[in-house]
Amino acid sequence: MAERQHGDRQHPAFYALLVTLAFMSVGPVFLMFSNSFKIDIDIISGTSALFFIPTIQNYETALCDILWYEPDHLDFCSIRFGGAFINSIIIALISTALTLYIGCMAAYALVRFRFVGRDAVSLATLAVRMVPPAVLLVPVFGLWNNVFCIDKQTLVGAWVRDVFGGRGDVCLAGTHSGIILIYVAMNLPFVIWILQSFIVQVPRSLEEAARIDGAGPFQVFYRIVLPLIKPGLAAAAIFTFRIAWNEYLLASALADRDTKTVPILIVNNTSEFNIEWGMIMATGMLLALPPILFTLFASRQIITGMTAGAVKG
Amino acid sequence: MAVRISVKRFQLSISTSYQFLAPAAIIMAIALFFPLLYMVYGSFRAWDPSQTLSESEFIGFGNYTKLWFDATFWESVSVTLRFAISVVFFEMIIGVGLALMLDRNMRGMSFLRTLFILPMMIAPVVVGLMWRFVYHPTDGTFNRWLSTFGLDGVDWLGRHALLSVIVADIWQWTPFIFILALAALQSLPRSALEAARIDGASSWQLIVYIKLPLMMPVLIVTMLLRLIDAFKVLEVILVMTEGGPGLATEILALRISRTAQEFRELGEAAAMSNYLLLLLLFLTLGMLAFTRWQEARAEREGRRAEKEG
Repeated sequence: MAERQHGDRQHPAFYALLVTLAFMSVGPVFLMFSNSFKIDIDIISGTSALFFIPTIQNYETALCDILWYEPDHLDFCSIRFGGAFINSIIIALISTALTLYIGCMAAYALVRFRFVGRDAVSLATLAVRMVPPAVLLVPVFGLWNNVFCIDKQTLVGAWVRDVFGGRGDVCLAGTHSGIILIYVAMNLPFVIWILQSFIVQVPRSLEEAARIDGAGPFQVFYRIVLPLIKPGLAAAAIFTFRIAWNEYLLASALADRDTKTVPILIVNNTSEFNIEWGMIMATGMLLALPPILFTLFASRQIITGMTAGAVKG
Repeated sequence: MAVRISVKRFQLSISTSYQFLAPAAIIMAIALFFPLLYMVYGSFRAWDPSQTLSESEFIGFGNYTKLWFDATFWESVSVTLRFAISVVFFEMIIGVGLALMLDRNMRGMSFLRTLFILPMMIAPVVVGLMWRFVYHPTDGTFNRWLSTFGLDGVDWLGRHALLSVIVADIWQWTPFIFILALAALQSLPRSALEAARIDGASSWQLIVYIKLPLMMPVLIVTMLLRLIDAFKVLEVILVMTEGGPGLATEILALRISRTAQEFRELGEAAAMSNYLLLLLLFLTLGMLAFTRWQEARAEREGRRAEKEG
C-alpha cells in the first residue's frame, strides 16, 4: 500500500496522458458547472468558460418555489423544481434504505442456506439484471394503474379518499410508494449479488461463537454480520441511491403532478425548441451534486462495488 | 440439542432462512416477475391504456406479426444493434488499452480513477444535457472550436446523430471497462509475469501471451455486463436527440416508451418488449456458448500439445 502511494518514476508522456484523460472525463461536467453560473446571453454569446461574472440567478429560478425569499429577477415563479427535488430526495432515500435492509437479509440467507446453489442465484440475478427498465414500463404502467388498487368502496379505500381527496380507486400509480416499490424490486438483485460476495468472507466461527453464547439468528445477524460487511453495505447503498436518484423512465410513467422527480422535469424542459440553458444546467448541476460528492468522498467503495460483481463473483 | 447441532456446523435452520428471504422474495415476485408475466399476457391483446387488461380483446400473435412486417421496427432493431455493438467494441478497446498502458506504479493514479468514475455516477439525463450543449449547432463547444480555426460547423446531432450518441456513451462508460480491466490486471499472479520476464519476453509479448489470456474471464464478464447495459441506454439519447432525426437514433427502448406513452398501444409495446428480451437472451447465451466453446478448444489444444511435447 505504502509502495503504491510513493510511485515509481515514469516517463513524462504518461503524466501527459493522465492529465489529458482527467481533462476529458471532467471537461463536460466542468462546462455544465460554469454555464450554470452564467446568464443565458453569456452562454449563447460564447463567453469563455473561466472569465465571466458569476451569478446564482439560475439556481434561484430553478428553486424559486422553495426559497424563503423572492429573487429580484423573477416576477412569477413558473418553474417549480424545488418540489421535484423534495420528491426525488424522499423516493431515493426511502427506496435505498428499504432495498438495503431487505437485500442484506436475503443475501445472508442465500449464503448460509444449504439448498440453494450460489451459482444458480448469481445466474438468476444476471438474468434479472438483463431486463431493461423499458421492458418493465408497459406492465408496471398497467399493473400500478389498474390492478394494484384498493377499491374506493371498501373501508380503507374510502378512508384514503376522504382524507386525501381525489376520485376513482386508490392506486399505486402517482404515489411515492408506487415509485419506491418498483425501485426496490429493480435494485434488489444487484444488491443481493454484491452483498453475497461480502457475506461469504465473514468467518463462520464468529457466528458460531455468538450462537453458543445464546444469541438468536437475528441477533447474530444484526450484531455480528452487519458490522463486518459495512464496506459492502456502503457500496450497495451508493449504487442503489444512484439508480433511484437518476432514474427517469419508470418515474415518468408512474408520477403524477405532485410526485414528479427532477429527471422528469429536465426531460420535459429540454424537449422544447428554445431551451433555457442556464436554468436547466443549474438544475442538472443540482441533480448531479450528490453523485459527485459520493465520487469524491467514497470512490474506494464505488470501485469495490463495481469490481465485486465482475472480478470476484 | 439445538446447541449441539449448531456447534457441529453453523447453518440457518430452514424456517429462519425463509424468514430472512421472504421480504425480498415477495417484493421481487410482486414487482418484477409478476409484471413480466403480465407483459407476456398483454402482448397477445389489443390493449389501450384506458382499458384494464381483461377488458381488452385477445388478438393472438397480431401484435407480433404487425411488428414483424413493420420496416420501421426493423430499422429500430438495426439502430439498437449498431449502437450496442459499436459502443461495446470501442469501449473494450480503449478501456483495456488504457488499463494495459497505465498499469504501473505511478503518482496520481488513484486520483485519476476517482475522476473516471464521475461520468458513470451522474444521471444519464444530465449526461444527455451536457452533450446536447457540447454538440449544439451554433452555441456548442465543438462547433465554436471549429469556427475559431475557421472551419465550418458540423451538424452533430443531425446528419451524424448516431455517431454523436455513440461518442457520448463511450465518454460515459469507457471508465467502467478501464477500472475492471485494471482490477483484473492488478490481481494477476506475479509469478507468471516474473517468469515470462526472466525468459526474456518483450512487454508486447507479455501482453499478448500472458496478460490478455489471464484477464480473459474477467474481460468476458465485463463485456457481457456492458453489452446488457448498452441495451438499457435510453435517457441520454432521449435528451440528446429524442430518437431523431427521423429514426436515426431511435433505439428499441426508446421506441417501446414512445409506443406506450405517445401512441398508447400497450399491446404492441409489450410485444416489442418481448422481442427485445428475446434479442438480449439470444445475444447473452450466444456469447456464453462462444466462450465455452473457445475454452474447450483451448483445453483440447493444450492437452494435444502436452501429449506431443
